[in-house]
Amino acid sequence: MTVDNKDRRLERIDRGIKVRSDGVYAISSWLEMSYLVAPRLIFILGLLAAPVLLLPVPYWQKVLSIICMYSLLAISFDFLANYVGLVSLGGGFYIGIGAYAAALLNMKFGLPPIVTIPAATVIGAIICTVVFLPCLPLRGVYFAIVSLMFPLLAARIIEALDIFGGTDGIVGVDGFSSPWIEQYVLILAVLIAVFFLRRMITEDVGLVFSGVKDNDQAVKASGINITRYKALGIFIASSLGCFGGAVLSHIYMWAGLSQFALDFSIIPIAATVIGGGGTLIGPVIGCLILVPVSELLRDFGTLRIAVYAIILTLFIVYKSEGIMVFASRKYEQFERWVSI
Amino acid sequence: MEILIYGVINSVTLVLMALGFTLVYGVSRLPNFAHGALYVVAGYLTWIFMNRLGFNYGLSILFALVSTSLIGAAMYQFVLIRVRGMPISEIIASYAIGLAILEGLRWGGLKGSTFTLPPFIEGSIEILGVSVDFQRLLVVVIGIIMLGLLWVFVTMTKLGLALKGMAQDERAALTLGIDSDRMAVVSMALGSGLAGVAAVTLFPLGNIVVEAGYNVLIMAVAVCIVGGLGSWTGAVLAAFLIGFAQILTVVYLGAHFQVVVALVSIIITLVLRPSGLFGRQKELEERV
Repeated sequence: MTVDNKDRRLERIDRGIKVRSDGVYAISSWLEMSYLVAPRLIFILGLLAAPVLLLPVPYWQKVLSIICMYSLLAISFDFLANYVGLVSLGGGFYIGIGAYAAALLNMKFGLPPIVTIPAATVIGAIICTVVFLPCLPLRGVYFAIVSLMFPLLAARIIEALDIFGGTDGIVGVDGFSSPWIEQYVLILAVLIAVFFLRRMITEDVGLVFSGVKDNDQAVKASGINITRYKALGIFIASSLGCFGGAVLSHIYMWAGLSQFALDFSIIPIAATVIGGGGTLIGPVIGCLILVPVSELLRDFGTLRIAVYAIILTLFIVYKSEGIMVFASRKYEQFERWVSI
Repeated sequence: MEILIYGVINSVTLVLMALGFTLVYGVSRLPNFAHGALYVVAGYLTWIFMNRLGFNYGLSILFALVSTSLIGAAMYQFVLIRVRGMPISEIIASYAIGLAILEGLRWGGLKGSTFTLPPFIEGSIEILGVSVDFQRLLVVVIGIIMLGLLWVFVTMTKLGLALKGMAQDERAALTLGIDSDRMAVVSMALGSGLAGVAAVTLFPLGNIVVEAGYNVLIMAVAVCIVGGLGSWTGAVLAAFLIGFAQILTVVYLGAHFQVVVALVSIIITLVLRPSGLFGRQKELEERV
């Protein structure tokens, strides 16, 4: 039986348990506490247990590393786009800078990965921030286009000047001593990034960030330097990307032009759109879906890029809220029809 | 002399590449990042019509142009119309469609043998001591004809005037009974058709490859940004600026730097003057 939608509408109401666990009643019973803790615990424990569960299939352990690497990038994209208001399409730039920095530190100075990764993260983030500094007054589409150009430009310049190994890249970078270190370094980085950023956006700094996003003139009028905050946002985001790049160059034992590739700019965006922008966990979920799909399609060559481009289009057009927003709505609210 | 002649040819090439992009952006404020994909599609369709279905060259060009326009219109009508007015979603959606088309073609169509289109007229001619083949001359001629036709179209015909009205003030155009979505579809169709014209004119100079799609997109974006998004005079002037700059770098620095010039010019323009040389966007909209 079909009911005419003119006489009724869908009403969404918070679940009782959600309302109770919002306040001090959260600690009133195990049920409320587990309602709060369960989703987070599943996420954390699931990620921590993944390498052990994937032990029988070493190939998928490798994929897990890649997933985490993309997750870092996607988190940084989500943070920049939805909390600082800078849509950066140049994820490949962060990865490339981080990878080259780590590879150069390793090859030229013979430093071990435990030094090169943090060093490359900081140095890479500083380089990215300085390079993006002149573009920070831009906003919206203009910033997006400039940031899209940077990885392309970096790759072309390295190719044209034939520096850093030119088109061959830097070969012979040290690998990790065991695959466990490689995976847990990345997983811990993802967890720390997610929960650190989630905490940060509710602090004062986060408030200024969202002010910059929503109404930069008002922030300016309050005597706060917008450019400094945007630079800080870029620094945080690019340090995530550079960390991923540094680890990547040690995983592949190689740093090359393909680390500036469009893949690193597109997959994080697709993951953020699919997972749900503005949630910070959504991008990780998006990566958990997208990267395995693209691995399964590896036999089909470039078709996989076409596939995730289509998935991305469908999501952005028909389900732009993303999985995470949808899921948390279902988790926190129930729906009922009311007549009007 | 060589620099002058090839500079002009290169500049007109850039004009051809960018015309469709700037038309669509000018009318509907939609940055059509699938422009490069449409360009490759037009070339590929021409090849299919000619070599697989056995039409003659002229007819297959005609069919390819029509079908490219239809693809562009369909893309707007069925997908992009839903994200209209959300600039970032527009970019991501159109770029994703372009990516899907290009990489799909790389997987399913353009592989194995090389795909080439024959030049319209064989042979070459000497102009002031520089030998230029007819196809390159035709590029210049077609570029000028296309500019002329477009000018006639937007100043003389009712549809063209409606498009111009939309570009200048969408609300005022709406009050005059111009359907903004229909006009956007028309502009997409026209823009895709222009990408197709560029494709059939330029592809005979080389092979039909997927990479051309990305290059054309970068060039079109570069020209439009340097010239100011949505400004036609700006686009033409910027095309000449970048065109000559490219030829000069090729002559004095080496072919590797050709794309670098375009990218650097985008970044410099955006940082110094985001509305471009002739843009009319409000200063406040684009920077703080």
